[in-house]
Amino acid sequence: MSATQLLGVFLAAILTENYILCKFFGICPFLGVSKKLDTALGMSAAVTFVMVLATAVTWPIYTYVLLPNGMDYLQTLVFILVIAGLVQLVEIILKKYMHRLYAALGIYLPLITTNCAVLGVTMLVLDKGAQDSSFGYAASLVNAFGAGIGFLVAMVMFAGVRERLEAADIPQSLKGLPITLVAASLVACSFLGFGGIVDGLL
Amino acid sequence: MSEQKPLYREFTKGIIKENPVLCLVLGTCPTLAVTTGVKSALGMGAAATIVLVCSNSVISLLRRVIPERVRIPCYITVIAAFVTVVQMLVKAYAPSLDKALGVYLPLIVVNCIILGRAEMFASKHPVLPSALDGLGMGVGFTAALVLMGTIREVLGAGSWFGLRLPLAGSHPILIFLMPPGGFFVFGMLMAAANRLNTRSRRHTPESGCAACPMNEACAKAHEKKECT
Repeated sequence: MSATQLLGVFLAAILTENYILCKFFGICPFLGVSKKLDTALGMSAAVTFVMVLATAVTWPIYTYVLLPNGMDYLQTLVFILVIAGLVQLVEIILKKYMHRLYAALGIYLPLITTNCAVLGVTMLVLDKGAQDSSFGYAASLVNAFGAGIGFLVAMVMFAGVRERLEAADIPQSLKGLPITLVAASLVACSFLGFGGIVDGLL
Repeated sequence: MSEQKPLYREFTKGIIKENPVLCLVLGTCPTLAVTTGVKSALGMGAAATIVLVCSNSVISLLRRVIPERVRIPCYITVIAAFVTVVQMLVKAYAPSLDKALGVYLPLIVVNCIILGRAEMFASKHPVLPSALDGLGMGVGFTAALVLMGTIREVLGAGSWFGLRLPLAGSHPILIFLMPPGGFFVFGMLMAAANRLNTRSRRHTPESGCAACPMNEACAKAHEKKECT
């Protein structure tokens, strides 16, 4: 795959295939952690990190171990355990050797195991690879990174929207989550506008 | 006879009083993603219900064997095994459903409803109540999905279960099928559920959030208290 195509994959993962607003992955942290800007940033950084790492590990496992041995039906089971183990491992390594990074990302790491965006990205890049043989390891990694950045963009945008919601006068039964979802609907509307823009750009 | 009543309640509480989607706000990702049509909503609900009943029963059987400290990975393994079984069954007998659900079918494994019930209920109760609890939660989940699927399909495609409706069919509002419509309908349904709950002054159900590893950083649990 050429560099332009990789850039296309990256931009598409951020804008047209945004994991939160277009594919509904990772709604829990989107609604839960987007209240403040700094937690939103920390969570998205941790998600991006784990997404790239998980894809880097699960892609070779699937392509070179599971698929040639006819064990691709074990994908779900193997991937979730690999991701859970990986997150634990990263946490231990960060704690021991990179204390500042651990202080910044540490509390978010255990939350990520059950984040469907991470499991989703590892499976979706394999689906894409099955449909288009040029979509290899590099493209998968770029896609995972783009998905993480897309997650960050959506979280940060939404944190801004939510700060405004705090001051608004809202009907009693809409208070809390319902109005947050309606706001998310409007933010998702704005992302619909990106449809087709990546193909036109490159 | 005296034991029959509580058992029956384990089943019914999941449907309305502690509905996993509208009251406990769990499993939001599939709720938003697969409810573009009633058919895929029903398929998703059924698949999740099977997994929920099986994993609840097995985890309840193993509750004395699983060590406290590694319980979450154990639960995840059990759940992933049943998800794989369901995935293979759906692929073999309902290939069109498999296509409609796509990656969301394997993602049942990270659905918080299933892990939440395992942690909150199955690990503390015998097999029969656990299975019934799973069945009730599954039916409640399915009911909420079908309700959302109905609203979105009728408004967005002018059909129901693939059947064309005479009046709504002429001018479908396409945006209800797209992501913004999903968020909007979900928000409105939750507002309606809030209103009903405050009217009848039901107690706030214990949210399943205690089981969720996000519990501490998550603002959702606190927000629920604000609004009810």
